[in-house]
Amino acid sequence: MEIKAIGCEPLQLKRMHVKDGHTLKVYQKTGGYESLKKALKMSPADIIEEVKKSSLRGRGGAGFPTGMKWSFVPKDSPKPKYVVCNADESEPGSFKDRYLMERDPHAVIEGMIIAGHALGSQTGYIYTRGEYKYLIDIMDVAIAEARDAGILGKNIFGSGVDFELHTHTGAGAYICGEETALLSSLEGYRGHPRMKPPFPAIEGLYACPTIVNNVETFTSVPQIIEMGGETWRNLGTEKSGGTKLWSISGHVKRPGVYELPMGYADMEKFIFEDCGGMLRDDKKLKAVIPGGSSVYIMNAGQILGKNVILDYEGLVAAGSMLGTGGMMVMDETVDIMESTKNLTEFYKHESCGWCTPCREGTDWLVKIFNRISEGGGRPEDAKLMLDICDNIEGKSFCPLGDAAAWPIQSAIKQFPEDFEKWLFDKTGSNGVTANV
Amino acid sequence: MGAATPTSYTDKILVSDEVAEFSPAVIEEMKSHVAKYPADRSRSALIPLLFVVQRERGYVDNAGANFLAKFLNLEVTDVWETATFYSMLNMRPMGRHHIQICKTLSCKIMGEPDITGHICSKLGIHPGETTEDGKFTVSLVECLGSCGTAPMMQIGFDYHEDLTIEKVDKILDGCK
Ligand SMILES: Cc1cc2nc3c(=O)[nH]c(=O)nc-3n(C[C@H](O)[C@H](O)[C@H](O)COP(=O)(O)O)c2cc1C
Ligand code: SF4
Ligand code: FES
Repeated sequence: MEIKAIGCEPLQLKRMHVKDGHTLKVYQKTGGYESLKKALKMSPADIIEEVKKSSLRGRGGAGFPTGMKWSFVPKDSPKPKYVVCNADESEPGSFKDRYLMERDPHAVIEGMIIAGHALGSQTGYIYTRGEYKYLIDIMDVAIAEARDAGILGKNIFGSGVDFELHTHTGAGAYICGEETALLSSLEGYRGHPRMKPPFPAIEGLYACPTIVNNVETFTSVPQIIEMGGETWRNLGTEKSGGTKLWSISGHVKRPGVYELPMGYADMEKFIFEDCGGMLRDDKKLKAVIPGGSSVYIMNAGQILGKNVILDYEGLVAAGSMLGTGGMMVMDETVDIMESTKNLTEFYKHESCGWCTPCREGTDWLVKIFNRISEGGGRPEDAKLMLDICDNIEGKSFCPLGDAAAWPIQSAIKQFPEDFEKWLFDKTGSNGVTANV
Repeated sequence: MGAATPTSYTDKILVSDEVAEFSPAVIEEMKSHVAKYPADRSRSALIPLLFVVQRERGYVDNAGANFLAKFLNLEVTDVWETATFYSMLNMRPMGRHHIQICKTLSCKIMGEPDITGHICSKLGIHPGETTEDGKFTVSLVECLGSCGTAPMMQIGFDYHEDLTIEKVDKILDGCK
């Protein structure tokens, strides 16, 4: 697996190949915690201003402007405030946060302390998916190192600023990546999402003002403080600032984590040159899910020769979304009915069960997919599934419902022939026959 | 390896008054988790403590849940309410080695079905089952964040990536 930057200096990936880059000693030797020192001399308002100027957008999937989110936290609230790092990374296709935590844990800590200072918060939690236990252990060691060095705790670097940081474990639930479900889970409850508003910035953890940001969002913050928001933004484009990590998997020669400047041109070059092209030379590109499982699937025709720009706007223009940047590449051996069934099973399993459209809808969709793949497809099944999707999308309590509908809607639209083959001929596009 | 025992999460949770006991070292570990949260918010430590109970007792059993209810000053139903939501918390005994094979899209298209088939025929069980000697449980799970090194599996908390049949054989043969 590759881990490298293309078209920019490695920023997020700066320490990925540095020996012992995860230790405090090497982190500081390579410039670590200098941004924190600088930030501690800045006023909270100035820090938020720099983050706004950077046009950093949350890297957890929704892409909400980070500076704006931070400015929603009430300054005069008498309640304690919390900074929470979302390290739940469970979106199929995404694995970038894992390497940031594994090889650069102090960058996460530094970003969180700076956020704490900017928001007037003295406590942070890193909510990590339970399967990433080895990363929790790495973070615990890094936190202890920082605490021993006076970088966490009281009066950090003699600034009068206090900040404590703790790790917290999830236990296997994709929905706990949704920020309000994450907070329920962090309070020791089932991971059900909560009504918004109130947004976490007003009433989050323990009903106190809380900021939840993705791992990669936090690791961007020290860079922004170091070089200034405007310089950082100019690494990317006007609207999509900075650089972005892409996780790429599936049928390419060199899967991995790549750092690209926002606005990178283009997706075809990325797949066919940077990632080495198709895994098997004699197999053609069939489909790409560009942003993690929760975005629209694209067919080869939407990519080849289309100069698809890799940033928020570019992927929307191309008919999909950036999401978490988890790119899954499929060659012509993949049957899109089957791959969509696979993802629908994921959403059914991960539906938290709180609201009826998502809980029942995903269950019915899987039942229909099962019937089709067993050779019982009916011509009207495509319409039936779209009807069910229509009753989930926009009618569910949280965005997981939408995320379950989008793969199906886009797959039927972009790959009608794969569905027709199953519904009329009862076989897959790759020659697989149903056991009938 | 002979007949297999099913390991479904939805098996009935038996009710008993027995309260588990833990060594002073484990109690200290539990207290260190509770100390991370505000004093009146100790329920926040519930999931981390459920993992400790599972490690110590093999799974989240009645006596362990009763202990946590007392330790955190909760109702035992609060403990079960939370515990039953999360797929990594087991409500019944598991094999000594819990093999969790990722079945989500990137792993699936990169060879997961062959890996699963091989492991299951080697152990003589189906996904969801435990070998009769209690050594292995096999589960199919959703994406574990290793899609770039697919296919993959996790045994206990250890990641095994870029799997091939030969690699799987070596790993399983190395399990004591
Ligand atoms: C079902 C669902 C799962 C999510 N999973 C994650 C996740 O694993 N990691 C993450 O950072 N954000 C995840 N999010 C997005 C969060 O709700 C939230 O937008 C994000 O943590 C905010 O941080 P950011 O602005 O830095 O991206 C998920 C959202 C939904 C609806
Ligand atoms: S949409 Fe699905 S995951 Fe979200 S609250 Fe409803 S049931 Fe739960
Ligand atoms: S799809 Fe298997 S680890 Fe992500």
